Amino acid sequence: MAAHETGFNPDDRYNAFLTVCRKAPHGDGKLAGIAIAVKDNISTQGIETTCASKILKGYIPPYDAHVVDLLKQSGAAIAGKTNMDEFGMGTTTENSAFGPTLNPCDTTRVPGGSSGGSAAAIAAGMVRMALGTDTGGSIRCPAAFCGIVGLKPTYGRVSRYGLIAYANSLEQIGPMAGNVSDVSLLMQVIAGYDRRDSTSYNRPYTHTPNPDIKGLAIGIPQEYFGAGVDPKVAEVTKRAIFRLEELGATALPCSIPSMEYALAAYYVTCTSEASSNLARFDGVRYGPAADTKKSWHDAYREVRRAGFGAEVRRRIMLGTFALSSGYYGKYYAKAQVARENVKKDFARIFSEVDVIAGPTMPTIAFKLGEKSDPLSMYLADILTVPVNLANIPAISVPCGKVDGMPVGLQIMGKPFEDERVVDVAFAYEQVAA
Amino acid sequence: MVTENDVRDIAELADIGINTEELGPFTDQFNAILEYFDVLDRVQGDGSVIRDLSNVMREDAVEPSLPQGEVLKNAAFQEDGFIRAPRVM
Amino acid sequence: MTDAQVIVGLEVHCQLDTQSKLFCGCSTDYRSDGPNTHVCPVCLGLPGSMPVLNKKAIEYAMKVAKALNCSVLHEAEFSRKNYFYPDLDKAYQITQYDKPLAEGGYVEIEADEGGGGKRVQITRIHVEEDPGRLVHMGNTERGRYSLVDYNRAGIPLIEIVSEPDMRSPKEARKFLNKLRATLEYLGVFDSEKEGSLRVDANISIKGSERVEVKNISSYKGVEKALTFEVTRQKNLLRRGQRVSRETRHFLEARGITQSARSKEQEHDYRYFPEPDLRPIRVQSWVDAIVLPELPDARRERFMAQYGCSANHARTLTGELRLANFYEQVVASGQKDLFTLAATWIADTLIGELNYRNMTIDAVKSAPFTKLLGHIQGDECTDKSGVEVLRVMLDTIKQGLPYETPLAILDRLNLRKVSVNITKPLAYGITPKSGVEPNPIIKAISEVLTEQPRAVEDFRKGKKEAFNFLIGQVMKKTRGRADPKELNQLLVEALKNREA
Repeated sequence: MAAHETGFNPDDRYNAFLTVCRKAPHGDGKLAGIAIAVKDNISTQGIETTCASKILKGYIPPYDAHVVDLLKQSGAAIAGKTNMDEFGMGTTTENSAFGPTLNPCDTTRVPGGSSGGSAAAIAAGMVRMALGTDTGGSIRCPAAFCGIVGLKPTYGRVSRYGLIAYANSLEQIGPMAGNVSDVSLLMQVIAGYDRRDSTSYNRPYTHTPNPDIKGLAIGIPQEYFGAGVDPKVAEVTKRAIFRLEELGATALPCSIPSMEYALAAYYVTCTSEASSNLARFDGVRYGPAADTKKSWHDAYREVRRAGFGAEVRRRIMLGTFALSSGYYGKYYAKAQVARENVKKDFARIFSEVDVIAGPTMPTIAFKLGEKSDPLSMYLADILTVPVNLANIPAISVPCGKVDGMPVGLQIMGKPFEDERVVDVAFAYEQVAA
Repeated sequence: MVTENDVRDIAELADIGINTEELGPFTDQFNAILEYFDVLDRVQGDGSVIRDLSNVMREDAVEPSLPQGEVLKNAAFQEDGFIRAPRVM
Repeated sequence: MTDAQVIVGLEVHCQLDTQSKLFCGCSTDYRSDGPNTHVCPVCLGLPGSMPVLNKKAIEYAMKVAKALNCSVLHEAEFSRKNYFYPDLDKAYQITQYDKPLAEGGYVEIEADEGGGGKRVQITRIHVEEDPGRLVHMGNTERGRYSLVDYNRAGIPLIEIVSEPDMRSPKEARKFLNKLRATLEYLGVFDSEKEGSLRVDANISIKGSERVEVKNISSYKGVEKALTFEVTRQKNLLRRGQRVSRETRHFLEARGITQSARSKEQEHDYRYFPEPDLRPIRVQSWVDAIVLPELPDARRERFMAQYGCSANHARTLTGELRLANFYEQVVASGQKDLFTLAATWIADTLIGELNYRNMTIDAVKSAPFTKLLGHIQGDECTDKSGVEVLRVMLDTIKQGLPYETPLAILDRLNLRKVSVNITKPLAYGITPKSGVEPNPIIKAISEVLTEQPRAVEDFRKGKKEAFNFLIGQVMKKTRGRADPKELNQLLVEALKNREA
């Protein structure tokens, strides 16, 4: 079906790409000829897909993810597969088995994670658009750190068929680009029902961004501007929200008490699901071979020791522990109750306001190697994970700089109101230009 | 509070290998993280879940399978169409 | 023999007879195809694949639940059972854990003692996927390793768990047979498919620990395994030893159970709800389910409609195909055929099939009905009938061309010989003139000449001598003589001799 070929020879000094498709075929359609980068946890037929892990080195999927089908149908050229934190586990792309990606804004800093490769590729001008995935902030964080736009759609709006699972109940594939219009265009292509994904909703996205936000009520949660958030970042974000008020919106204070345990609920849930999802990598059907001279358990254990990085092994063990007999009630079951409370908090706030706004990340991009302690790394996700727990849409749009580094404004919306969230970001983008 | 032995047990349960030099640091990290998770003990709620989608099913229709070659393509060892795995006792 | 001290519970796994697998569209008809040819990203568990539930599997499971008088839960859910094994390609099995499809219910069987009915309670029924199939290769230069075929991965299974209500291996077999028949009658299960049924049995002697015997894959195997276990456990207790709580495997070829490796015994499966699937709320579908005639009802009907004896009715309706076969044979409505067919099928055909490792599937009802017709119509004695039947079955088994029963009769010279060939027996012994002497008359004559001592004994009043003489005539006529006729003829002939 591809009628043409796009040549793609990027200068990838940031290590944004794991695989480059130098001659990418493309057809006709909405995205005709546009070179699009795809995060390396999304299955691409015939193109190596590794999730930035040694345990999938050499794996060539025999099928395309649903979103890749849709990209091809709209004429896009798959430019390559982008770097990420191994299996999506990280906030900086430093957990890649194939070297970190550098932030094009400052190469001594991280681009954010886990979709750091996709963000850097856009920020460096190598591609116009990219697909990322967001489990606890993995689209929004790199968008904020690299100064681009990234949308995490409402859970279920974009098919996960073909997305190599990390945390099934939390993650979504989403569009990333240099501006809101391109994010919206890409969302038009990838959103919609897929019968191969039992969690998929029939909610296509056909919207073109509209900057009119007169009368909009914006909730400002105190937890997003309190301790743990860099005051300079908070200040830049407040100024951005003020610009929105100048356009006719009203900011109203609110509170999300469940933020107190949202991060714990998130990490218990995602590590539990991951411990199950990642157990299939045994070197038998794909990936570097298991040693068939060993006995099963010995071979299996060795494949996983050698193939998974430390962070992945840590999370698998945490998740195994959280699900284990005797601890299930204390951890996993409690996390689900906590999650329902988060959902109820958002529902309560959304009965009074239309969207919620705050900073995407509590700081600007860290220096490479700065966050070596796992727990302090997890705490960086505090502002993004509630959105995944509540299954709601959220976008990050650049709203200024601190110490020369980009800051992201996060707009969160009601379930299935991705269009509204895009509109608010668009409205800001138009006046900030 | 988990001990290094507990961490070894968890690794065994998860059938995942850890390096000896990782055991100490892993144990410390675990303890910090699990202590952070203790906040969940304070969570109150009936846990009643609002479930919207249910009964998502498909008709019993046959669809084409992958050709055998595609199935075996990524496997390291195959024999007469079977995939070779380490022996189970 | 029921022993009040033996306590047995069963977990029965049956493959549901859908066209496609439980969570993907791969065809379930894999048995005659090569390994790994009925596999797709979903059932192979490729990264990024996702399950989509087969509606028919749920419908089938609900039929079973209704037939066994179970209650379908308001909301059921799928869960992941996590463990690591090469035939389990996702490293978890999608099954149902704390929210199964149905609970409660029972199966009626005949009790060992007292001959009355007994209810074996059902704890729960749920749906899950089958793992792949492992073949173990040993002792080659390359060392021992395993070969995996994922064709079976994802086949829908129904698991039926009984309460520990059975009191003997025999009761377990009856339960299993009743369950199997019921599932076949419902049209959701094909017991002829190899590997379509697997049983885990729990057995204890009252007061002692429970032993689990896993993965018994034949009906006979269940009774054998349990019988072995009862003996093994009783022996231990008799010697003053303890029965350990453990998991054992049944080694079919040797008829024994063996302790499984300890690693398999403590398994923390870390169940949690399958996040890629939605809950199922199908309680409202139950009313619309129309059950077909089930084994018990059919058994009653056979007794009422065809006058079958209780035993014959039970045997004939014990297997769906057998019951169907019977009704095809008696389809003409001819009343004389009812009992004849029941007797021939239950008492003869089944045995001959078993002997040849054949199933009723292999036999067409029309030729069999023809054979019964010849027996009814006097072209064939019962004894010859058995021989013809054997030839018919052997012909089928060897794949030889079809021969009508009459053709076989003639070819083997087994047609029934009467004194008066054209009409049923009348009291006349003299052969028609101009016709070759009747072979039976001839045979009787010869035997009486050849066996003077027996004749003498008979005259002395020894009844066995008469039977001996009958036997000799039968031998000479190769069973072609009708026994009743022969009796009368011999009596007459002996009288005549005296004279």
